[in-house]
Amino acid sequence: MALHEKLRSKNKIVGEFGENAVADFVRAQGTTVVDRNWRINEGEIDIVGRLADGTIAFIEVKTRTSTAFGHPLEAINSQKAHRLQRLALAWLATHQSLGHPYRIDCAGVLLDAKGKFTIEYRENIL
Amino acid sequence: MSLGQSLSVALLGLDGQLVTVEVDIADGLPAYVLLGLPDAALTESRDRVRSAMVNCSENWPNRKVTVSLSPAWLPKSGSSFDLPIAIALLAAQQVIPQDRSLEVAYLGELSLDGHIRGVRGVLPSLIAAYKSGIRTAVVPMANRVEAQLMSEMTIIPMQHLRSLLRWLRTGEREELQELDLPSETEDDSCDFSDLAGQDQARFAAEVAAVGGHHLLLMGPPGAGKTMIAQRLPGILPALTREESLEVAAIHSIVGGLSTRSPLSGHAPFVAPHHSATRVAMVGGGSHSIRPGACSLAHCGVLFIDEAPECDSGVLDSLRQPLESGVITISRAIGSVSYPARFLLVLAANPCPCGKFTGRGRNCTCTSQQVRRSLAKLSGPLMDRIDLRVQVNALSRVELNRSELGETSATIRRRVVAARDTAAHRFLLDTWTLNSEIPSRALRTTYQPERAAMNFLHSELDRERITARGLHKVMRTAWSIADLEGHLRPSLEDTQLAYALREGAFA
Repeated sequence: MALHEKLRSKNKIVGEFGENAVADFVRAQGTTVVDRNWRINEGEIDIVGRLADGTIAFIEVKTRTSTAFGHPLEAINSQKAHRLQRLALAWLATHQSLGHPYRIDCAGVLLDAKGKFTIEYRENIL
Repeated sequence: MSLGQSLSVALLGLDGQLVTVEVDIADGLPAYVLLGLPDAALTESRDRVRSAMVNCSENWPNRKVTVSLSPAWLPKSGSSFDLPIAIALLAAQQVIPQDRSLEVAYLGELSLDGHIRGVRGVLPSLIAAYKSGIRTAVVPMANRVEAQLMSEMTIIPMQHLRSLLRWLRTGEREELQELDLPSETEDDSCDFSDLAGQDQARFAAEVAAVGGHHLLLMGPPGAGKTMIAQRLPGILPALTREESLEVAAIHSIVGGLSTRSPLSGHAPFVAPHHSATRVAMVGGGSHSIRPGACSLAHCGVLFIDEAPECDSGVLDSLRQPLESGVITISRAIGSVSYPARFLLVLAANPCPCGKFTGRGRNCTCTSQQVRRSLAKLSGPLMDRIDLRVQVNALSRVELNRSELGETSATIRRRVVAARDTAAHRFLLDTWTLNSEIPSRALRTTYQPERAAMNFLHSELDRERITARGLHKVMRTAWSIADLEGHLRPSLEDTQLAYALREGAFA
């Protein structure tokens, strides 16, 4: 396997691990996960959840195994945040729910070699 | 609570304003917002503060950090806010106690490894903090000597962010070595005894030192004009404490205290090149308004060699500070006043080739060139110069004289004695120097002897002297009288003053 393929598969595994961890994390807080990895041309929404009060939360998960390239949440700049908003509106439109209250959340997962992880969860980042 | 505060000072000119640095750490994506009109150097503080904190094993909050420097309307510049921002950030994270933060002012730039670097303008900042009721300040170790001039305050010099944090957490401080202040050494590289001959110019320099009269030295190259000017600060009386504080504060703003000892009682000597611009001469700049040569020469000597070579307007820009002793500079960010009470010494060649002296045999200039070169010294400026002296080329008799001339120390003793006489006389007045006597007082209380006045009035009648010139001569006459020990200027004193004023153009 070529190096870049190896790296990609590693990142994919790490990413999926983080998304699963965050999904469990929000479920534990009473959120229903209604969609995972919803993808259109413009990009992908990692997790769509419905909160107890009915608000729809679009959750972007960023997972990293070290802070050598910065904290995971630092990777989300305003450009990315705005793309998330466009995606969120696209999801709402597809599901005939435009006008429904929604918010955009971010989760940073830091994973170490032993499989231990920490989740930093930020609500309503826009 | 994720709010932290600390105090610092923003300078505009010599005036400082206490600035509260507030830091709020809020939920949200990692971001850093700096509010309060920062300039470029201050905007970059974010990266310095972050690296310094991380390298001191402190936590950098990966959340939304808002830093506000209030009052928000005041433009702030420079790197001295690094330290207060770091302190407020750590206080907001509750890793250092907050209770002291509103009693201590912090000044200092942070290097990436956490060292606290020296900054400009520490002394005026401390003076401003003191006036706002702050009694304790943390300053960079490099600015320690300067800061200690504010003996009314508790000064805590710090070398590194780590040691500062340890002090904040535990109250422990490294023992400081006693400051060995640079002792005041007499600068004997520049003494009047080096100067051969030139008795007239020596006397004029002495009179200038006594009364604060401005001086023009005219003469061919190599006659000793520059030597005389350089030795003039050496015969001025030592600065008082207030004066030396004021001088140190001005020099601190331009970062000039690395060359000048902050405690020095010597009168400063500033010699800008004749290519200097108006801004270099009187001060200016758009981000922070910096003092110019005339303020750096406050309480000392401003020497301009080759004065006629200066760009038109540069010399004339000195007219206002010559008159009032302060210079006010206005820019978009505000208006600033710097003190500028200096002794002006101009040096000029008599013509472009410099040889139009004596019989002028070797001069190659046309008569028009000669006239034009001196016309550069404008009438209004020349009118403010009381002493105009010819410094002629030395004759072989003067050069071969075996005994040395008088030393600066001897001359200074006479100058100090004469100034004491004057100060005693002016005890009830608002001025201290002979050159500052208002003309009203010259016509009443401070009139020279009758014979002297008759002489001056006859010169006035012949239109050889203007009314303003008449007053100027009277002021110089007082300085000569103080030197000679006369109670009131005699006819000879006044005639000598008259000759010194008209001398160069006689």
